[in-house]
Amino acid sequence: MGKNIRLGIGALAGLLLLRNLYVILFNLPDEMEQGPIYRIFYYHLPAYFTAMCCYMTALVASVLYLTKRNLRYDAIAMSATEVGLAFAAVNLITGMIWGRVIWGIWWAWDARLTWALICWLVYFGYLMLRQAIDDPSERAKNSAVLSIFSFVSVAITYKAIEWWRTQHPGPVLSFRTGQQLIDPEMERMLYTNFFALLLLAFVMVTVRLNQENLQRQIDGLRRRAHAL
Amino acid sequence: MIFLQVAAKDLRSELRTKESLNASLSFAVVILLLFSFAFDPSGEAVAEFSGGLLWLVFAFAGALILNRSFARELPNDCLEVLIASPVSGAQLFLGKSVASFVLLLAIELICLPIFGIFYNITWTPKFWPLLGIFLLGTWGMTILGTLFSALTVNLSLRELMLPMLLYPMMIPALMSAMRLTTILLSGNDIGGDDLVWLRLLIGFDVVFTTLALALVETILVR
Repeated sequence: MGKNIRLGIGALAGLLLLRNLYVILFNLPDEMEQGPIYRIFYYHLPAYFTAMCCYMTALVASVLYLTKRNLRYDAIAMSATEVGLAFAAVNLITGMIWGRVIWGIWWAWDARLTWALICWLVYFGYLMLRQAIDDPSERAKNSAVLSIFSFVSVAITYKAIEWWRTQHPGPVLSFRTGQQLIDPEMERMLYTNFFALLLLAFVMVTVRLNQENLQRQIDGLRRRAHAL
Repeated sequence: MIFLQVAAKDLRSELRTKESLNASLSFAVVILLLFSFAFDPSGEAVAEFSGGLLWLVFAFAGALILNRSFARELPNDCLEVLIASPVSGAQLFLGKSVASFVLLLAIELICLPIFGIFYNITWTPKFWPLLGIFLLGTWGMTILGTLFSALTVNLSLRELMLPMLLYPMMIPALMSAMRLTTILLSGNDIGGDDLVWLRLLIGFDVVFTTLALALVETILVR
């Protein structure tokens, strides 16, 4: 992808995030029971969805790598996982801040929270495995398999609030509940911020992909220099 | 049924050297001993977290057994020969999983009475349901551990990487097995809301066995 297009999408994401921040802080009213802290949800939930999208991209890219054996898919899987981990960390940290205000504790060993953390650790293990393998095709193959396995924890995290009785708030978005549980304006803002974070994630993945391509070129040049 | 021959080969070689069996068993006993310093082992509350203690011991001991599963074949390039042989990757993997499963189950069955004596836990009335949970939990741990053993066999840091990858990934099985074992060791029966843990454990075994068998060929072929 061209540098200008990437810059353009990045600028769009930045502007959208600024506009959303303004609307969230000054236009939307406080939530009836939680007060102003509920605003963290506009980042907590979209960050979670963005991380899910990244993990899903990593899964698809890993399957594609195993079928087509093209290292580009491996680079996509790795970039998407790294960016997904960053967004999952945002999700965990914003959740902890909200928990401190509402529950009075930073961390509750609740099924959803625990699963989100497990998911983060599993994908962190994926990156650790990548670091431990030197051969590029061996690394790509083994990490693709691990990425497929890791996605099971994403699926469990998604279903955790339905499978276990948890302290974590249940699903509120209309596409999951089938009814309008929150104000439509608030729900719209959640989707708008999700879109903005998704754009940001997309730019981050492409930047990371670009770095990976450059790294591969450097490695190739280094091998040629050694051969000479 | 070639996988049974692979399993028999692995078991035979392990029983001759007893290297991971002895290390794993003594490690399990040491951990059981260490736990007694962390809390009052004669207290009545022990039954409430007995499943957790027991499965932590199994998980630590299991990592030692599973680490050796593929690493055992590294000297003299035995792994290369096994991969080049007409045995399919799935058969080879299943054979190795069965061998590790048998070894780990043996260790668990030795640890259970020791645990009962050390922590004053009565386990005999619920032995058969406990065995069922041990079988399901151990299979989940072995299938995932053997696959990761294959994934990490060529790494210099494999002793470190295997537990790092295995423990977070096997939490669903570990969590279910811990909960169900605690229920049984507290003298209760599994039923009602607790069945969700049993379903999770069975689901884990089915999903990961299928995934592992589908993907193991990819890992083994170089």
